[in-house]
Amino acid sequence: MNHLLRPLAPITDAGWKLLDSEAKQRLTPALAARRLIDFSGPHGWEHSATNLGRTAALAASPHKDVAAVKRRVLALSELRADFTVSVQELRDHDRGAVDVDLQSLDDAAHRIAVAENVAVFDGWSEAEITGIAAASPHKAKPLGEDAESYPRAVAGAVELLLRGGVGGPYGMALGREQYRRVAETAEHGGCLLLDHLRKILDGPIVWAPGVDGAVVLSQRGGDFLYDSGLDLSIGYERHDAETVHLYIEESFSFVVATPDAAVALTA
Amino acid sequence: MGFDQYHEPPQELPAETRTFARLCASLTEEAEAIGWYEQRLAVETDTEALAIMRDAQGEEFKHFSMDLEFLLRRTPLWREIAQGILFQPGDIVEHGEESEAEATEGSEHEEGHSAGDSSDSLGIGDDAGSVR
Repeated sequence: MNHLLRPLAPITDAGWKLLDSEAKQRLTPALAARRLIDFSGPHGWEHSATNLGRTAALAASPHKDVAAVKRRVLALSELRADFTVSVQELRDHDRGAVDVDLQSLDDAAHRIAVAENVAVFDGWSEAEITGIAAASPHKAKPLGEDAESYPRAVAGAVELLLRGGVGGPYGMALGREQYRRVAETAEHGGCLLLDHLRKILDGPIVWAPGVDGAVVLSQRGGDFLYDSGLDLSIGYERHDAETVHLYIEESFSFVVATPDAAVALTA
Repeated sequence: MGFDQYHEPPQELPAETRTFARLCASLTEEAEAIGWYEQRLAVETDTEALAIMRDAQGEEFKHFSMDLEFLLRRTPLWREIAQGILFQPGDIVEHGEESEAEATEGSEHEEGHSAGDSSDSLGIGDDAGSVR
């Protein structure tokens, strides 16, 4: 048994299969960040720090004639979203019920996916994570209120990256509202705006709940590094006669290696 | 072209098992190619041809390694056993026995998965849509 303590939960194999499957289905579309950055791992729950390859000065060494520095690492941080499942619902699923109420799990999956997106794109100062948008030295440009102005803004961002020598293809994370606008818009001549933007980027456009506006970033690789310890997993907390208390958990760090490989576009 | 990588009727196999089988077949082909190049290199005397074949064999090393990493990511128990064997100095057979014993211990109640961290993971990784 590992730290997730799953064998202690009053959940059958079929119940765990249902919960894992539901969580995966809900998480996958919302995990925008890891679709656009370099994912390393998972390296396991014991993995605690990312090597930064840098050193920090030390005020003193054990010997006056010996120099010393300290290695710098970025500690992994943990995210955890709690949820509950009704014991009765689980038993009904074991009997063959197909309409099991997993709303609490769905909400937790969305919360933790949004938290991951926010950490990667906007940053998480308490975890010493600088987000892609915050790290970019490029001045954030407005996307504009009207979706028809998006191609100009996105093309401008791509040109800015090209001018800086950052090669493509490029990808774009779009906030919920901005994605909706893009998806529902057809330009003159009937061309879908989504297709037009994909052609400009030569890469993917990703629905990114938690992002406000958009972030255009290079997909050439090596610029944005996500270090996964424990990948998203469901663990057991406690239970009583009516309710099982569970959680979705992950540990990770994130490092921007090339700050100028992204351009933020504000809402 | 045949569909020899399938041992069971393909239409009865889930999509992920078909993908797994394709990568297993690819892994086999890359290993065969590495062996063939090794033999060709052993008998060739033309230095230019040797350089080309060394380069080609390097490509097969890369392809084999990528196939293997894919398969290990999708198979936590295999990954855990491999971690105890690959890149470890010392007796390979000994490592193999120890690694298998450690990885399979206590896994009977976890549907064949190991008790390691990855066994209970949702297995999303960069499958959320690795687009590169």
